[in-house]
Amino acid sequence: MNGHPGLDVENVSVSFAAAPAQAAGGAERPTGRNLVLDGVSLSVESGEVVALLGPSGSGKSTLLQVIAGIVAPDSGRVLVHGVDVGNRPTHLRGVGMVFQDNQLFPHMSVLDNVAFGPKMAGVGRSERTERAETWLRRVGLSGFEERGVTDLSGGEAKRVALARTLAAEPAVVLLDEPLTGLDRELHDRLAAELGTLLHDAKVTALLVTHDHDEAAMIADRTAQLADL
Amino acid sequence: MNRLPRWLLLALAIAPALGLLVFYAWPLATLVVEAVTATAIADTLGRASTWKVIWFTGWQAVVSTLATIVVGLAPAYVLARYEFRWRAVLVGVLTAMFVLPTVVMGAAFLALLPDSLDRTVWAVIGAHVVFNLAVVVRVVGSLWEHLPTDMEAAAATLGASRWKVATQISLPLVRPAVTAAATIVFLFTFTSYGVIRVLGAPGTRTIEVEVWRRATQLGDIGGAAVLALLQLVALIAIVSWSTVAQRRHAQAIGLLPTSGRRRPRTAGERRFVALVAGAALVVAAAPLAALVVRSFSTPTGWSAAAWSDLGKAEIRPGIRIGIDPVDAIVNSLTNAAWATSLAVVIGALASLAIVAAGRAGRALDGGLMLPLATSAVTIGFGMLITFDTAPVDWRASWWLVPVGHALIAVPFVVRTCVGVLRSVDPAMGMAAATLGASPVRAWRSTVVPYLWRPLVVGAALATAISLGEFGATSFLSRSGGETMPIAIEQLLGRTGSILQAQGFALATLLATTTVILVVIVERLQSPLTGRVDR
Repeated sequence: MNGHPGLDVENVSVSFAAAPAQAAGGAERPTGRNLVLDGVSLSVESGEVVALLGPSGSGKSTLLQVIAGIVAPDSGRVLVHGVDVGNRPTHLRGVGMVFQDNQLFPHMSVLDNVAFGPKMAGVGRSERTERAETWLRRVGLSGFEERGVTDLSGGEAKRVALARTLAAEPAVVLLDEPLTGLDRELHDRLAAELGTLLHDAKVTALLVTHDHDEAAMIADRTAQLADL
Repeated sequence: MNRLPRWLLLALAIAPALGLLVFYAWPLATLVVEAVTATAIADTLGRASTWKVIWFTGWQAVVSTLATIVVGLAPAYVLARYEFRWRAVLVGVLTAMFVLPTVVMGAAFLALLPDSLDRTVWAVIGAHVVFNLAVVVRVVGSLWEHLPTDMEAAAATLGASRWKVATQISLPLVRPAVTAAATIVFLFTFTSYGVIRVLGAPGTRTIEVEVWRRATQLGDIGGAAVLALLQLVALIAIVSWSTVAQRRHAQAIGLLPTSGRRRPRTAGERRFVALVAGAALVVAAAPLAALVVRSFSTPTGWSAAAWSDLGKAEIRPGIRIGIDPVDAIVNSLTNAAWATSLAVVIGALASLAIVAAGRAGRALDGGLMLPLATSAVTIGFGMLITFDTAPVDWRASWWLVPVGHALIAVPFVVRTCVGVLRSVDPAMGMAAATLGASPVRAWRSTVVPYLWRPLVVGAALATAISLGEFGATSFLSRSGGETMPIAIEQLLGRTGSILQAQGFALATLLATTTVILVVIVERLQSPLTGRVDR
C-alpha cells in the first residue's frame, strides 16, 4: 500500500446525550452527557488482524461505529491508509463491517446480499455474480445462492454476512462480536475458519470481542480497550 | 362445567343479532334484489354516463392514493426515526385531520383554495391527500419505527449512498406497509362522498355521489342499486387483492421491540427534519386555519356576524332559506345522544356475547363488522328503499337516522370492548368458582367490571361518528331534520357570503367537537385504529 498503517484511530472521544427523560407534559429535560470513549488511539497495520478486547459496555462497538462513520466522534481522527476519512460518509470510507446480528437484507436472496457491495461499486451483473459465487464458495455455502436469508441457520447467516462484507473488498474490515450467540462447537469451528479467511484475503481487520480464546484464535495481536 | 348457561348467551346476543338482520342484512338484500334485474343492469351499464362515473371514480382514487403515498413517505420517515420538539404537535394535527368528518374536510379545502380552484378535481385530490396523510404516517411509520437502523448502516458500509440505501433497502423493507396504507387510502378515496359533495363540480361524481343523485334526485332506484352493488363487488375485489399482495411480500424482519427514534445529529439531518416536519405541518394545518379565518371574513371585512347570526333563520326580514344552523346543531346532538346510547347498549351486549360464546361469538363478531366494510351511502340507500312500505314505512320516523348511525358506530364500540374483555385472565373466573361462585356469578364479578372503561371510549367514538356522519344521513334525514353535516353542505352549496361564512362557522364548530372527542378517546386508549367519520 502506501506505507501507512491500514487503520489509524487517533485520540477519539465520544459522548452520548443521556437518554432524555420524558417529563409529564412530553417535554424533555436535559440530563447531561455520558462519556463513552475517552481519547482512544489504536493502529492496525495493513493486512493485520487485531482483536480488541474489553468488557461489555466499554465502548468497543461504539469505536467500530466511529470508524465506520455511523457515529460521529466529539473529537479525534480516523485514518484509512493514511487518509483522514472523518468527513466522509460511511459509504465512501472503504470500511466494511460485519454486524453482531448480521443485518442481512431480508428482501434479497443470499446471492443478492453478497453481490450488494460490488453492485454499489458499479460492478456489472455477470462479474458481481461471479464474485459473489466465489465468496460463497470460500465460506462453504455453494448451492445457497437462491436461498432466502430468513431460512438460514445461525452459522450459515454468519457466513453470508462475512462473505457479503469481504465481497465488497473494503480497505478495512470491522467485526463486531461476530461469533456471539453461536453454540460452542459452531463457535470454535467458525473462529478457526474466520482466522484463515481473513489472513488468506490479506485484509486489514479489527475484531471486537469479549472472548480471549476467540481473540487468540483469530487475531495476530490483541489489545485491551482499557489500555488504549 | 363452568360454562355460562345458554339462555344468558342468547339473551346477550339476541338484540345485536336482530338489529343486524333488520337494519343491515335486510336492506342489503333489498338492494341486491332491486339491482339484479335484467332491465336495471342493461339500462345502467348501457349508459355512457355510468362509465364516465366509474372511470372518474377509479382514476381520481388512483391519483389521490399515489399522491398521498408520495407526500406521506417523508413525514412518515421523519416521525418514525427522529425525536424533535414539535413532533407531538405534528402527530396531533395529522390525526385531527384524519378524524375530521368528510364534509368538514371538504369545507376546509373550500375555505383554503382560491375561487378558481374551488370545485375542481384538483381540490378533491388535494383534500384526499391531506385527509389521508395520517394513514401513511401511521401505517408506514409504525413499521419504519421498528426497522433495525443497523440494516441501513450495513448497506452504507457496503458502499451504498443515502439514495441507494433509501431505494434499495428502506423502501423495499417498508413495502408491505406501503401496500397496506395504499389499500386503505384507495378504499377511502374510491368511496369518497362527503368531500366530493362539497368540493366536486357537476362533472366530478364518484359512484357514491352518483348513487345518491340517481336515488334521491332522479328517482332511478334500479340504476342506483346497480351502481351500489357494482361498488361493493369492486371493494371486495380490491381488499382480496391487497390481502394476497401483502401476504406475498410478507417477510420476516427482525423488528426492534422499541422505537429507534433519536434526535437529529448533524446539521444536514436537522435541516432535513425541520424542512419535512415544517412542510407537513403547514400542509395539514392550513385547511383548518382557513376554515376558522373564513368563518370570520365577509366582503366588508372581519366580522363575527356568521357566528352571532347562527341562530337567525331569516337572512333578511321575512326571507327564510330553509336551513337553520341552530336547529341543525340541536338535531345533531339529539341524534348523537340516541345513536350513542343505542351503540353502547348493543355494543356492550354484543361484546359480552362474543367473548363468552366461542365459535358462535366469532360469527356475531364478523357480522357486526360488516357495516364497517359497507359504505355508509349503501347502508343509507338500502334502508331508504327497504323501510318504505307499511308496516315498515319508517322513513318519516325520527329514529331511523340514529339507528343508521348506531349501526355504523357499533363496530367501533365492539372493537374497543372485545379487546379488553379478551385480556381478562380466565383464571380469575376459575378462582371465583373455587370460592363457590356459580358460572354466572363468577362471570359477573370477574368479566363484566372490565367493560366500563372501554365502553366510555366506545361512547366517545360513537358520538363523534354520529355527529360527523353524512353518507347514510343524506338518504335518511327528513326536511327539517337536517344534521350539522347536512346543513354545512347545503350552506356551502348556496351563493351568498353570509351563508358561506355560516357554513364555515358550523364546520369549525363540528371540527372542534370531533377533535375534542377524539382527544378524549386517545387519552383513554391508544393507539386509535380506524377512521371516525365515514
